[in-house]
Amino acid sequence: MKKEHEELIESYADKLSLSVLDEVKITVPADITKEKLSKIMEEIVAAYESAKVNPGECVGLVSAESIGEPGTQMTLNTFHFAGVSEMNVTTGLPRIIEIFDAQKEIKTPTMEIYLESKYNNLDAVKKFAAKIKETLLGELVEEYSLNIFEQTLKLTLNKGLLKDYDLTGKEIIKNFKTKMKNFNLDSEDNTIIFTHKGKAEEIKELYNLKEKVKDVKIKGIKGIKQVLPVKRGGEYVILTSGTNLKEVLELDEVDSQRTFCNDIYEIYEVLGIEAARQAIINEVYKVIQAQGLNIDIRHIMLVADIMCANGIVKGVTRYGVVSEKASVLARASFETPIKHLINAALEGEVDNLTSVVENVMINQPVPLGTGLPGLVTKMK
Amino acid sequence: MATDMIHHTLVPKHAKISESEKEKLFEKYTTSAKELPKILKNDPAIAKLSVKEGDIIKVERKSKTAGISFYYRVVMNE
Repeated sequence: MKKEHEELIESYADKLSLSVLDEVKITVPADITKEKLSKIMEEIVAAYESAKVNPGECVGLVSAESIGEPGTQMTLNTFHFAGVSEMNVTTGLPRIIEIFDAQKEIKTPTMEIYLESKYNNLDAVKKFAAKIKETLLGELVEEYSLNIFEQTLKLTLNKGLLKDYDLTGKEIIKNFKTKMKNFNLDSEDNTIIFTHKGKAEEIKELYNLKEKVKDVKIKGIKGIKQVLPVKRGGEYVILTSGTNLKEVLELDEVDSQRTFCNDIYEIYEVLGIEAARQAIINEVYKVIQAQGLNIDIRHIMLVADIMCANGIVKGVTRYGVVSEKASVLARASFETPIKHLINAALEGEVDNLTSVVENVMINQPVPLGTGLPGLVTKMK
Repeated sequence: MATDMIHHTLVPKHAKISESEKEKLFEKYTTSAKELPKILKNDPAIAKLSVKEGDIIKVERKSKTAGISFYYRVVMNE
């Protein structure tokens, strides 16, 4: 393509979107004259302008209907893929609700960990997977024995597991050194012995110790409960159950650009509000596609934009975006009306009736479509 | 922090815009800073931009529908 043609197309950058300009560049024949090209561009601008959403169009309502209608056809329950080597994750309507409500505790937190290319072979992946899995002492113990007379607790560890995790009793003890004040520690082969220092009469303390010891982290990353390496298009990806995005991203083996989790809040905290918005869109779209439904992505983008407009992730709930509404009546029409009305009365709140719901309530024209424009006098 | 979170695929490019660009922006959309969407000052994506309250951040989003789209956020304290 000639340089002047390219410049001509580029000069429309503020009128047309980039994807349109790119399409023009590809489809226009190289030997076109400049006059014809500029005529084409004018036509495109006209078509683009007429395709835009009109001012006053109620896009939110259209989005709500577009998401709500196919939503009724979604599966209501989590699928259980018995025997399939993928992990069980929340899908369908429960997942959509989870995302749009911006729930802090999601049902099945998972991560997809991508690896740097030099670690992308079976051995390294297996080793890495074992490394990040959170292992608690309780999983390794074969037998607990309490000796009341000597005030000792003896743990016998599973030899096979110790070998798998590449650990010895002595190494495990190191995890305790700082935390145990009343006990002496000793280790032989695959046993660990806790001896009470003072002369405690009661056995209670030993019992407490036994329970406490079970939950001590031996190795791995906190929160990563299960790991599952899978092969996906020529490379290994590790799926996890449980998330810890921040710590995983800091590991050397991990491709810190592509690794992500399905917990919107965690993404917001680690990567920021814009990443959270993108994650909402991706996660919702994933669910919709998995269900074989077809919703235009713009609707989801709109909802995600609203949820992230205030710099923090707000769910579509009465505590989130609905609480932001300026009108008392609009808030009262959503949920817990009495509470909103009483609070508004106590605070002497003023409702300017600028939006839709409150005007429907008092039987006035709503500011939508042709009801939106009004006469304005410019005072200068 | 050891890893740079800014290069993550989920994080679009964030940039601070100058005062003159700010004026142009407000004129183009006939808006003001308080009507723009917000971003918190301690947001991880703008940690390295040394921003203060009231600055405008231009976000260069990769969009499935428009190729690249620009979005503007105003920096807020908490």
